[in-house]
Amino acid sequence: MQLIPCPWCGPREEVEFHYGGQAHVAYPAEPAELSDEEWASFVFFRDNPRGPFAERWSHAAGCRRWFNAVRDTRSYELLAVYRPDQERPVTT
Amino acid sequence: MTADFRLPRGGRIDRDRPLRFTFNGRSLTGRQGDTLASALLANGVHQVTTSIKYGRPRGIMAAGVEEPNALVQLAEPVSEPMLTATTVELCDGLVAEGLVGHGRLGDEPDPARYDSKHAHCDVLVIGAGPAGLAAALTAARSGARVVVVDDQSAAGGSLLGRDDYLDDRSSDAWVRDVVAELDATPDVLRLDRTTAFGAYQDGFVLALQRRTDHLGFDAPRHVARHRIWRIRATQTVIATGAHERPIVFDDNDRPGIMLAGAARTYLHRYGVQVGKRVGVFTTNDSAYVAAIELAEAGIDVPVLFDARQDVPQRLRAECAARGIDVYPGHVVTGTEGRDHLTDVHIGPVGGERCDTVGCDTLLVSGGWNPAVHLFSQLGGQLRYAPSLGAYVPAEALSSARVVGSAAGSFELMACIEQGAEAGRAALTAAGFSPGADVTVPVADTRPDEVAAMVLWRVPEGAPKVPLGTEYVPKVPFGTAGDDNSADARFVDLQRDATVSDVLRATGAGLRSLEHVKRYTTIGTAHDQGKTSGMVAAGIVAEALGEDLAERRPTTFRPPYTSVPFAALGGRDRGELYDPVRVTALHDWHVAHGAEFEDVGQWKRARHYPRYDEDMHAAVLRECRAAREGVALMDASTLGKIDVQGPDAPALLDMLYTNMMSTLKVGRIRYGVMCGIDGMVIDDGTVIRLADDRFLLTTTTGNAAMVLDWIEEWLQTEWPHLRVFATSVTEHWVTVPLVGPRSRDVLAALAPDIDVSNDAFGFMTWQDTTVAGIPARVCRISFSGELAYEINVNAWHGLALWEALIEAGEPYGITPYGTETMHVLRAEKGYPIVGQDTDGTVTPQDLGMSWAVSKKKTDFIGKRSFSRPENLRPDRKHLVGLLPADPTVPLPEGGQIIEHDYVPEPPVRALGHVTSSYDSAALGRTFAFALLRSGRERVGEKLYVPVGDDLVAVTVTDTVFYDKEGARRDG
Amino acid sequence: MTADIATRRSPLDGWTSRLAELAPAVRLAERPFVSQLTLRLPDSSRAAAVSTVLGVELPSAPCTFAKGTGPHGPVEVCWLGPDEYLVLAQPGLQRTLESALRAAIGDAHGAVVDVSAQRTTLTLSGPNARDLLAHGCAVDLHPSVSPTGTCVQTLLAQAGIILLVREAEFVVLVRASFATYLAAWLLDAGTEYREQPT
Repeated sequence: MQLIPCPWCGPREEVEFHYGGQAHVAYPAEPAELSDEEWASFVFFRDNPRGPFAERWSHAAGCRRWFNAVRDTRSYELLAVYRPDQERPVTT
Repeated sequence: MTADFRLPRGGRIDRDRPLRFTFNGRSLTGRQGDTLASALLANGVHQVTTSIKYGRPRGIMAAGVEEPNALVQLAEPVSEPMLTATTVELCDGLVAEGLVGHGRLGDEPDPARYDSKHAHCDVLVIGAGPAGLAAALTAARSGARVVVVDDQSAAGGSLLGRDDYLDDRSSDAWVRDVVAELDATPDVLRLDRTTAFGAYQDGFVLALQRRTDHLGFDAPRHVARHRIWRIRATQTVIATGAHERPIVFDDNDRPGIMLAGAARTYLHRYGVQVGKRVGVFTTNDSAYVAAIELAEAGIDVPVLFDARQDVPQRLRAECAARGIDVYPGHVVTGTEGRDHLTDVHIGPVGGERCDTVGCDTLLVSGGWNPAVHLFSQLGGQLRYAPSLGAYVPAEALSSARVVGSAAGSFELMACIEQGAEAGRAALTAAGFSPGADVTVPVADTRPDEVAAMVLWRVPEGAPKVPLGTEYVPKVPFGTAGDDNSADARFVDLQRDATVSDVLRATGAGLRSLEHVKRYTTIGTAHDQGKTSGMVAAGIVAEALGEDLAERRPTTFRPPYTSVPFAALGGRDRGELYDPVRVTALHDWHVAHGAEFEDVGQWKRARHYPRYDEDMHAAVLRECRAAREGVALMDASTLGKIDVQGPDAPALLDMLYTNMMSTLKVGRIRYGVMCGIDGMVIDDGTVIRLADDRFLLTTTTGNAAMVLDWIEEWLQTEWPHLRVFATSVTEHWVTVPLVGPRSRDVLAALAPDIDVSNDAFGFMTWQDTTVAGIPARVCRISFSGELAYEINVNAWHGLALWEALIEAGEPYGITPYGTETMHVLRAEKGYPIVGQDTDGTVTPQDLGMSWAVSKKKTDFIGKRSFSRPENLRPDRKHLVGLLPADPTVPLPEGGQIIEHDYVPEPPVRALGHVTSSYDSAALGRTFAFALLRSGRERVGEKLYVPVGDDLVAVTVTDTVFYDKEGARRDG
Repeated sequence: MTADIATRRSPLDGWTSRLAELAPAVRLAERPFVSQLTLRLPDSSRAAAVSTVLGVELPSAPCTFAKGTGPHGPVEVCWLGPDEYLVLAQPGLQRTLESALRAAIGDAHGAVVDVSAQRTTLTLSGPNARDLLAHGCAVDLHPSVSPTGTCVQTLLAQAGIILLVREAEFVVLVRASFATYLAAWLLDAGTEYREQPT
């Protein structure tokens, strides 16, 4: 049972959280202007790196806040957590 | 063999407390403090079972969790399969039998209780042997929160099975003092009979505590039999000891062949002599001590064979003084005996002849494997230590330290020193200052005189021919394999896997130990290869001519020992298996005979059968009441979300496919939500309470999802929107009052409002009081009938409900359940999200283009509607189906085909039935279906296979009842 | 017109004596009809006005609650999120407080929602109260980690809860629909602590 550090509530067990997929994928400003391919890319395609990955989490059973986390997909280690309005921090 | 093998003295057993037990049908007596294994040995019972593949007799080889052979099934005091006799504490009245590989689940429900508990600590110590106790005491003296778990019935670890002195006192006294101090220290939790079986990230350790098994029939029923401790530790000290390693030789599996250290444990802990005439075969110094101690206890130990040419001279002299002949450079080449060992064949390494010695017991020691399981589970890297022939931790982890023999350190004083040091290091890492030092007692231990030899198996070329006999290659009893492969050099005794099996694997080209393990099944039994894994690794490396240090060890995975599923289930069973969510009216439904259905975690009244009605009859009656008189239901499970803020209209315009910002205060609109892929995810009503305030309803199953969905967009995409969403699902009790007479009932209870159609129009709401209770009344209808939805604070829900029942009595008011709700909805063509949709259905597929705004520039899902895939004319549409035979119900999920016969496969399915009903109003059955190009097929005749029959159906639109909508205003 | 207090029912109506059976090891009781309001207030300019209405400062630290006594009697304000609070007050005050809070917020950005019946309230005290919670709550409730004034949203068994650590008792707020599940779970988990086990 991994601990996930909610930026507000601190470390909590992972069952309190919902996963929200890749972070920093903005909803297009003008969806109507996008080609079918561009739109499909936004809807269906996400990165799947081996290593650090910025993703969204929600502290669903706690404060219900969404936040971003950089997680190493090899070790599951959470390298950083940060609020949605913050830049992705540099992680090593 | 029935002689008494209990020694007159010694052992940590209570000789005044005899315990009667039955094994394989025999009545036997043990003593308080025995394990089943020690009690069996004390009674001279050495054979426990036969082996799974070859049916060979098997006995007791070890004294702990590493036991590969002695599997038993417990019948009393509890029914439990697949236990090792070495870990079952004896109790009065115990009934057990030996198991051949497979256990059997009891056929009676298990009446025992199981639970779990969380524990948090600064320092967790796993193992209360000398190293673990030193670590725990060091940690405890600092004021840190400490948890100590140990799998034995008492602290002491290896000291329990030895006769050591510490500071000129029995080591028992030292253990007693340490335990007393630990137990007297606040914030120290010491758990006996507790096996740490899994170590995970972030200091999380799972441990199984056996709390009542040792009490047998006296176990209090209210006490959880097993408890899973969920321990969260800042720092962990792993002091889990080591397991002795056997040596493989011909016929190394007979009852009477035992690990040397186990014999010491049986002697010192249980006062049991493992045999009358004991031979020893070793590659290291530790078995000498076993031989000497057994001899001192009066047991005949005539011979010790040491595979090393260079043997420890001091120990050899001590052996000689006790009549033990030490044979340097000798190995065991085979054994004799059927149910029990009778003879041992021995000979010099590389010699050509061998000798035979009569022994009923052979102690074997091939060295020691540190118990690195938990360290490895944590991701700790292992290193092969050639001097030990075993894996040891190769690195330090930031939050876990390995000490004592688990780290490959086998001297008592060094173990204690290491433990104390690890305790200090853990404290520092956890942010504590160590308190008073733990004094390391002086132990009478000495370093090995001669380095251990690593010997996986007695080498080829060892003497083959016993003196004076003609050598006959032995094949296993029972069902031996083909002649080439059959041998009796067992690597994994539980799996009956032999050296030949390993060599066949490497011969087949397998190199990775993981592959060999799967090919041979070595290490996959209940013991997970505790005695066989390292030996198998060694034999593989030898066969491949590779250095073990260059090879990757297999990965250790939880659990370290087997854990009953009941313990893992804990309290989550029976009525607590999954939370049962109920509404404020639940007790009323129960009292009035409702049958319930599960909708997610909710219990919803499905129908209210009267007398001996079945569901079909009850639903027809409830439907008739709603269509002809008045009926009411409990719709409190609908999700309700309060949305407030000046930007609420803008948010809702993005969330729903239709326009919500134009909704006037006081009015209600039905809305559909889609995902960004354009697929319907939920539907419900939107009530405008004020310019800046709305109340949304969601389907019962999607309440949490929709709130999360709203928060996701608000927090991650549109944080500039000034909107707040709050769940109020359980704050309200929601009661639809349905039917032509609903207006009469409401009028009787809501004197403050004009309930006429002109004053209280369709899709509007009013705040008033109903039966004296503040209420919000909405004129919405999912049945096509005149209907009101009354919402009150849930505390008053029952009062409202009972008032409605009373006021409706003159009109035959009838409670109805979800089944009737579905029929009423479906008759009017309203699909049910989640039943008629499955995440691949757009509003257009549902025929609900009317609910999709053409004016809004954007909303979630809009762009996807124009994707080519979503414009295909052959998409599946929601349609109605009318069976040709009006009495035949179509099965939900039934496939729809074109022909009135079933053609050769593959059969092209045009779609499937999504929901199916029997309608009182229509006097017939009908169904919804998702059908390819469905709307173009209206009027067509298609077929649905039902069992062996094909049911003819006619495709229709989805509205079956009151197509003109004449009934909704009453 | 107000609803008749005599006819209202709390989610654990009828459980009183069963809950009491865990005493004295755990004194467990439902405290029904607590006035509860969700308050959203990202705009700190009105925090002072809100504090005046409540008689207590809004808690600024995550996972804490503040208590005080104001014009409406004793009030506790729980931190639920960076701009979200749950106000707990004596029974019967929800409408009064809703209006007062709305007035205090004025035209600033904020929201008030009456959620009094959304959750019910359980209190646990006694020598084994912390043990009982530890059977199903992964949050460390040791006083050194969760001192008086702690307020966490987490899981107890399989139910979401809001947990307050008061001076001498724990408060568990649970969604009304989960209340009977949680009560049954607490009684089951408390079996070992009963004087006369069932």
